[in-house]
Amino acid sequence: MTLPELSHEEILRYSRHLLIPEVGLEGQRKLKASSVLVIGTGGLGSPVALYLAAAGVGRIGLVDYDVVDSSNLQRQVIHGTSTIGKLKVESARAKLLDLNPDIQVDVYNEPYTSENAMRIASDYDLIIDGTDNFPTRYLTNDVAVFLGKPNIYGSIFRFDGQVSVFYAKEGPCYRCLFPEPPPPGLVPSCAEGGVLGVLPGTIGTIQATEALKVLLGIGTPLIGKLLLYNALDMSFDFVTLKKNPNCRVCGPNADIKELIDYEEFCGVPGHDHGEEGSAGEGLDITAGELAERLKTNHLKLLDVREPHELEISALPGAVNIPLGQLAARLSELDSAEEMVVFCKGGTRSARALELLASAGFKKVKNLKGGINAWAREVDRSLPVY
Amino acid sequence: MNKIRLLFFATLRERAGTKALDLEIPADMTVRGLKEKLAAEYPNLRESMKSVLITINREYAFDEAVIPPNAEMALFPPVSGG
Repeated sequence: MTLPELSHEEILRYSRHLLIPEVGLEGQRKLKASSVLVIGTGGLGSPVALYLAAAGVGRIGLVDYDVVDSSNLQRQVIHGTSTIGKLKVESARAKLLDLNPDIQVDVYNEPYTSENAMRIASDYDLIIDGTDNFPTRYLTNDVAVFLGKPNIYGSIFRFDGQVSVFYAKEGPCYRCLFPEPPPPGLVPSCAEGGVLGVLPGTIGTIQATEALKVLLGIGTPLIGKLLLYNALDMSFDFVTLKKNPNCRVCGPNADIKELIDYEEFCGVPGHDHGEEGSAGEGLDITAGELAERLKTNHLKLLDVREPHELEISALPGAVNIPLGQLAARLSELDSAEEMVVFCKGGTRSARALELLASAGFKKVKNLKGGINAWAREVDRSLPVY
Repeated sequence: MNKIRLLFFATLRERAGTKALDLEIPADMTVRGLKEKLAAEYPNLRESMKSVLITINREYAFDEAVIPPNAEMALFPPVSGG
């Protein structure tokens, strides 16, 4: 394939690259001919897409179906206050084209699913995993394995990050490391557990670095290695990985030959909104319904959030038992009493309801949408967080 | 019996209640055996053992691997945030 030429404007723009022998004019032309698909334009996708656009990757694809929310801006630096409420892919595209009008940005304003993933990803040289949930991570991995493309993996929680380059042709894939997803609810998402805003910056720029190395064919990418970063210790640990001979997608006896239902496989939804927590039909009570009930009846309120969250917002009279302690403190509750369980957005309280149900509690309901829904619909003096 | 050291990372630290643990284990114990032992003896770790990344001396260890004497083993939970 002949590489595209650079204009005089581009030569000036990429001057600092052209001065590095490992990149040079040919490398920069390679980048211009390259295409990268970024799954998710959130905490990780922001720095990844910004740096790849700045570096001159010729075509960048962005997949997301969310809109920009002000709670995103503590870390999702590709968006801005002026784009709150706009589609994330459009907000991101405008920022990337402002940074570098010489590139092409393709946007996919749709969830990344088993139905569209192969079609979308087949058009790119390399895939960046910047998703925020387990089902989409397994999907992203399997698509990359089936298409024979490198998958630059990054993942974050609170102060911890992981990075690797999964390229099944040359090394292990995500499933080699994690053959089974964690039990639903065991690993909190960032919407539930929080994340230091700068953490995805650190991890995302490492992903972008690895992407450029792979595209340019320079250095030693993190194939067969997992980087484990902790911001509090400022520690970078490297673990040597091996291909799993029993891997179900890239092993010699692989039995998964096509995309599966990843939400079913993981037992959780393929998104991390954290605002729509529902315990299922008949088990929820809305904020409005709860307000009506409380006017006439006494109802026990159980708050399963962490104690430090009570400083942000609280409901008077509620008993606080964090979800992690609930199993050990069931004796403090009366299974005969009518009770409404709540958390920030309804996800943890839905888990609590399962636990309570299995312990014989029959008169419990989940506050749909959590205390945030209460703050939006009933008591506007409370903040939403 | 072999002496080994376990290091817990990220959320596993909170669940284990410690950063590190020194153990004595039978010489023929595998990674799977260690997971079962931890699940039985530390109820807070039981669920985590189903999907934990374990290394022996900084190399990924499969369930079938026999744990060598004086192994330094690290346990990492999967994280999903982005």
